[in-house]
Amino acid sequence: MTAPIATSQTILVVGGGISGMTAALEAAECGRDVVLVERNPTLGGRTALLYRYFPKMCHPTCGLEINLRRLKANRRVRVLTMTEVAGITGQRGDYQATLKIRPRYVNERCTACGDCSAAVSAEIPNPYNYGMGQIKAAYLPHAMAYPQRYVLAPSLIGTADADLAKAACKVGAIDLEMQEETVQLSVGAVVWATGWRPYDAAKIQPYGYGRFPNVITSVEFERLADPSGPTGGKLLRPSDGKEAKNIAFIQCAGSRDENHLRHCSRICCMATLKQTQYVREALGEDGQSTVYYIDIRSIDRLEDFYQMVQRDKTVKFVKSKVARIAQADNGDPILHGVDTEGYHRYATPHDLVVLAIGMEPESNSIALPQDVITDSSGFIEGSPDGGMCGAGSASSPLDVNRSAQSATGAALRAIKVIHQTAREEA
Amino acid sequence: MQALRTTGHQGIPAVAARYRNNFLKEVEAHVEDGEWVKMCMQCGVCAGSCPFGPHWEHPPQEIFMMIRAGKRDEVLKSDAMWMCTSCYNCVVRCPRKLPITQIMHGIASYAQELGLAPKNQPTRDFSIQFWNNCTKTGRVNEMKLTVGLYFKDGLVSGIKQVMNMLPVAIGLIKAGRLNPFELISGHSPKDQKGIAAMLKKARAIEAQRAPATH
Repeated sequence: MTAPIATSQTILVVGGGISGMTAALEAAECGRDVVLVERNPTLGGRTALLYRYFPKMCHPTCGLEINLRRLKANRRVRVLTMTEVAGITGQRGDYQATLKIRPRYVNERCTACGDCSAAVSAEIPNPYNYGMGQIKAAYLPHAMAYPQRYVLAPSLIGTADADLAKAACKVGAIDLEMQEETVQLSVGAVVWATGWRPYDAAKIQPYGYGRFPNVITSVEFERLADPSGPTGGKLLRPSDGKEAKNIAFIQCAGSRDENHLRHCSRICCMATLKQTQYVREALGEDGQSTVYYIDIRSIDRLEDFYQMVQRDKTVKFVKSKVARIAQADNGDPILHGVDTEGYHRYATPHDLVVLAIGMEPESNSIALPQDVITDSSGFIEGSPDGGMCGAGSASSPLDVNRSAQSATGAALRAIKVIHQTAREEA
Repeated sequence: MQALRTTGHQGIPAVAARYRNNFLKEVEAHVEDGEWVKMCMQCGVCAGSCPFGPHWEHPPQEIFMMIRAGKRDEVLKSDAMWMCTSCYNCVVRCPRKLPITQIMHGIASYAQELGLAPKNQPTRDFSIQFWNNCTKTGRVNEMKLTVGLYFKDGLVSGIKQVMNMLPVAIGLIKAGRLNPFELISGHSPKDQKGIAAMLKKARAIEAQRAPATH
């Protein structure tokens, strides 16, 4: 691995999800040099794990493919996967970044033929299905993975399986001696596009996530609905594998709650409205979705989508935040609470409960440089001198569309910094 | 042009006056922690988390909405807030961290102050007996309190209750946990004057708050 050549006129983009890719491409297409760093073995981030987008119900593969084509056509973006930022020092126009590159054990000769995967027997919980289902320990993350290159799980190294994988590779792409590398980079501006993660649902104790198998999160439901997910697109509930027909969606699971996330995560209302349409798609009139909500926040033009769902006879709305969930002997979750339209007490069984889980900034679990300012929830605003800024859902809870807008804005800010640096150096 | 009809001294149009939330303002001024009532977002978690929930006339969520809707009599004459057992489940769960238990007690105490609290409400009866018993000397006289509670519904039911509890009482006396002579004399804390002064000071602080609107 050779370190990328970077100067004070290079932009460092941290995170290769939809926001990071957009920011990197916009800056590169304006003629700036960009280093795009991604922690996982592939670009695409959480967008790649969605089944469909709202409101047009199209597939994320489409948007990702466009970005990947732009990326392949542009020589100004240098992509580093399996790479994390260990630290950044310096100021606007003059940063020193330390990057840690984890070993992939597969070099660029890989043709993604899959022989190594066929040769090994060890399996790991599939990270691209939020741990639901297993995947071979030598794997291609998913069909849209970029780079299209296999990766060996670290747990495989040192076992007989690793040697089998190496022996199976016809092009000699597997290098079991690969070590972690540390790389120093000088860059002029940094865009933090570190994205989000679902709030830890187990912390919402009364909802029993982790104790009751049929209480899942919205991101897991997204994988259930996806044909490339763990159930092949069938809405099967985890406890007994039966088809879930009567599905409850609980809004504000972790969001707008002083005990959990203070902020409104903004995407969850639309995500749930979208997911009710997965239920309709899978089961037609036999499916029943019940949305438990405080208030539905489908902003501006997305209101149309809400009204469309309201007209759907298979979708019911209950104005109430569920107080707690119990479990019946047959595994049905029973939702307890009081509704606000009449103050009726209910105890309603469902086949499956989907928690519309809140968005937490992923950067809450990483050490940011000291001069990066975050809000009370941890979303990144940037550094006071403007040399670093947040983009996409790292900066605010945003959907894919608005993340791309935010990332374009961030790219412009970074370009501004580079232009100034270039002028001063000239 | 015809001038807008107003409600006199405040100069507010009559239509707008209907929407002025006087009861909410009253609660904010006179009820302990009453200024939190407007923060309720009507999610219903308090009502659903309350172990006594099904037995209340109005759960806290509904009480808050009634206050904001100006239903003064319905709220103050209700026995709902007297049902609160101070388990604090609602306070722990409330997404907006409202001190719900404290507000319930605050409303109950305000209703009592105004003389609107429901008569023969067991929690209220107990609270009054406890308060009078406790503030008399500064120490709760358990003998007088229990006997007082047994006989609150008359002589016959009182004797019945005493007979019922007699074996327990004898057990307690044998174990040295109950002194029957307390019924006549009772013992006091060392600094009874100090406690009286403390209560007096507390009343003075309370009086500094805006007086109740009768």
